[in-house]
Amino acid sequence: MPVQTIFDRLEPLLPSVSKPIQYVGGELHATVKDWDEAGDETVRWCLMYPDAYEVGLPNQGVQILYEVLNEQAGVLAERTYSVWPDMEAVMREHGIPQFTVDAHRPVKAFDVFGISFSTELGYTNMLTALDLAGIALHARERSDDEPIVIAGGHAAFNPEPIADFIDAAVLGDGEQAALRISDIVRAWKQAGRPDGRRGLLMRLATDGVAYVPGLYDVDYLPDGRIRRVSPAEAGVPWRVSKHTVMDLDEWPYPKKPLVPLAETVHERYSVEIFRGCTRGCRFCQAGMITRPVRERSITTVGEMVQRGIAATGFEEVGLLSLSSADHSEIGEIAKGLADRYEGDNVSLSLPSTRVDAFNITLADELTRNGRRAGLTFAPEGGSERMRKVINKMVTEEDLIRTVSTAYGNGWRQVKLYFMCGLPTETDEDVLQIAEMAKHVIAAGREAAGRKDIRCTISIGAFVPKPHTPFQWAAQLDWETVDRRLKSLKAAVMNDRNYGKSIGIRYHDGRPSIIEGLLSRGDRRVGAVIEEVWRDGGRFDGWSEHFSFERWSQACERVFAGGPVSLDWYTTREREQSEVLPWDHLDAGLDKDWMWEDWQDALRSVEVDDCRWTPCYDCGVCPSLGTEIQVGPTGRPLLPLSPV
Amino acid sequence: MVQRLRIRYAKRGRMRFTSHRDVARALERALRRAQLPMAYSAGFSPHPKVSYAGASPTGVASEAEYLEIALAEMREPDDVRRALDAALPPGLDIVEVVEAAPGGSLGERITASRWRVELREVDAGEAEAAIERFLTLGTAPVERLTKDGTRTVDARAAVVHLAVGAAEAGGFAPCAILDLVVRHTTPAVRPDDVMTALRQAAALPTPVTPLVTRLAQGLLDETPSTTDGTPDHPVRLLDPLAADAAEAPPH
Repeated sequence: MPVQTIFDRLEPLLPSVSKPIQYVGGELHATVKDWDEAGDETVRWCLMYPDAYEVGLPNQGVQILYEVLNEQAGVLAERTYSVWPDMEAVMREHGIPQFTVDAHRPVKAFDVFGISFSTELGYTNMLTALDLAGIALHARERSDDEPIVIAGGHAAFNPEPIADFIDAAVLGDGEQAALRISDIVRAWKQAGRPDGRRGLLMRLATDGVAYVPGLYDVDYLPDGRIRRVSPAEAGVPWRVSKHTVMDLDEWPYPKKPLVPLAETVHERYSVEIFRGCTRGCRFCQAGMITRPVRERSITTVGEMVQRGIAATGFEEVGLLSLSSADHSEIGEIAKGLADRYEGDNVSLSLPSTRVDAFNITLADELTRNGRRAGLTFAPEGGSERMRKVINKMVTEEDLIRTVSTAYGNGWRQVKLYFMCGLPTETDEDVLQIAEMAKHVIAAGREAAGRKDIRCTISIGAFVPKPHTPFQWAAQLDWETVDRRLKSLKAAVMNDRNYGKSIGIRYHDGRPSIIEGLLSRGDRRVGAVIEEVWRDGGRFDGWSEHFSFERWSQACERVFAGGPVSLDWYTTREREQSEVLPWDHLDAGLDKDWMWEDWQDALRSVEVDDCRWTPCYDCGVCPSLGTEIQVGPTGRPLLPLSPV
Repeated sequence: MVQRLRIRYAKRGRMRFTSHRDVARALERALRRAQLPMAYSAGFSPHPKVSYAGASPTGVASEAEYLEIALAEMREPDDVRRALDAALPPGLDIVEVVEAAPGGSLGERITASRWRVELREVDAGEAEAAIERFLTLGTAPVERLTKDGTRTVDARAAVVHLAVGAAEAGGFAPCAILDLVVRHTTPAVRPDDVMTALRQAAALPTPVTPLVTRLAQGLLDETPSTTDGTPDHPVRLLDPLAADAAEAPPH
């Protein structure tokens, strides 16, 4: 049955909304496939990044799945993004449903509605999209003609707060999982859709490809803690594991990245040079849930960049990963690319660089064809003690040596990222950030032989995340975070020698408390999300739209009379024996190892990277049948055969 | 820089929602994908040499937008047209490429625009009456919201010609199609300013957002002529690329 485009109804309304180009699609490499390519057995995906188009379009996860799915015969994928409030009002007034930007088909007509969550603050935007689409907000109220709503992305490693609203969640790498789900949906359709929607969800759950929250019961203790989480049906597994793509060279996506007409936050060709990180920073959820390290070979990186630049016309190449300078052949990659694009105005960027992996030869290659922009490092903790607690094994001497070299070689600006509110942190630990910045300026002035160098310190509030050794930690209350940051600012500004050379940036600590609620929350938090959304909550990741009062008041209403509260979810430390809401979701990490690592943190004991020291038994490789895959391959980036 | 090319392009279909900045980004990327030997500006952050002659407003389609590019090597204009058109997204279409003849800038040859304004659910007779009233006005001040606040422009003074054109077979009905020629002034008077004046001063209802297309730009030929090649039209715009095309060296 053909599905009508809503574009004819939308088009006359577009002149009245801001930046209408974000709603019309037509990007280079956008794909519109025949709705009935394989008749009724066509598997139709709508992929969403739940933020504004300008943020969502460049998202790598969505672009990769979009391409992987559309390459399959009998499968199609289109995209949708969050609409701005002005557009939402116009759509409600004229009865226009949430639509895809590719063929402007209504989201409700698709089989699968996959939403990628990089951050929990996108949850209210999911509700807007479901509601505009005409899909029931609550999964249990959905009928057979509504799509299966699947959450993915890092936030899906604890999907319990959105368990009411999603039908399933996929943990880990999506490439193979999305194809597996497509196979299951097709087989279910071919079999005549036995047992309707519930039949399909049972197939997804028993296969193990996805976690189906509706097929699990959660029991609580009188004090509010979870007693247990158990399957509600025979055949549904007790634990659901994450997916790991083991050979990135076999999945060289995106090959043809979308090139938007509208301006977006990242205007570059991005290639992941590896996935996973075993540096072992204890606060870092991304590093913990993406293990083991799997490098993409220098040959594949070289080919992807060549094809990507030719296909897009972008002027910048981003070499992405959690710590890009750690690639075993990063020097050869950077030099090879700089050689290849010499004189072509194509610049390279390395968004995440560790202080101890940085060297000036690498930096010179990165800036050969482009501008010498600022350098950014993340010591995360201001004091040596703090850095031991978080296992960020970078000494102040490392940092001073690195920035001195940079300032001595012509850089004028260094940016440093820190966190405030880390476990065991004292006022003094935070003030040490100011001392570090002053030492950086002092060393920089000496190395550069001039006074006009700068250092910017940027401080974020720490949020404890599931599947990390800090998952048991108390989150610091926002009042203390704000107080510590104010005294830090005073310590910087009042310094007569260095104050003018140091910039300081931070946000107030309140949004982080809500992020903490959504990160470590359980199913009872779903009612808060819905309450906030009904109260007008939209775009909570945007400071101009976020309202702490809306969230804290919703918590008070929803949790009234019960054992839990906003504080209970955030500033409460958990004991070893507590059942955590995500314990039945398996990122491969051994819970006993994580607890030991948490105890090591409290004793300031560090643990080394398993890429160059023996395995410390985090549990991932044996439990998931994976292994570290790193080079060097010893191959050069060039030559390439002409295309 | 060894060659200057002048380019006429169209913004069609949903591409009318591109802003000028969107078009500029898309064009620069297409120039790279088409591997044209662009001349770059000197300096810290070199940019390909592209200059735009006035851009149509966001939301307005166009058959006649103009720009000029500089190449570091000679190229056959028609090859450039094909390569660039293939590299641009559908809807941003290259119509014509000519080598710039010495003397005379594009800007000097573009003094007015012809617009087609499609008013769905408006009766042609009603539109004619409103236009008649509008044309008798001495001035038609309308307010427009800009980045720097509200400013007032005279929508009447810049209008050279305004009439109801012939209805199209198979189109929407009722539907009034206006033929509008506006002189380029500072501040610019845009078709939506004229529509505002028609609503305010001449009480023309517009239940549906007008669909506007720029049909042509050029030098306004104000000499009355009966042998100007467009005998059915009282106002003539001279093609800004005609002089370059006429002087084009044989390739």
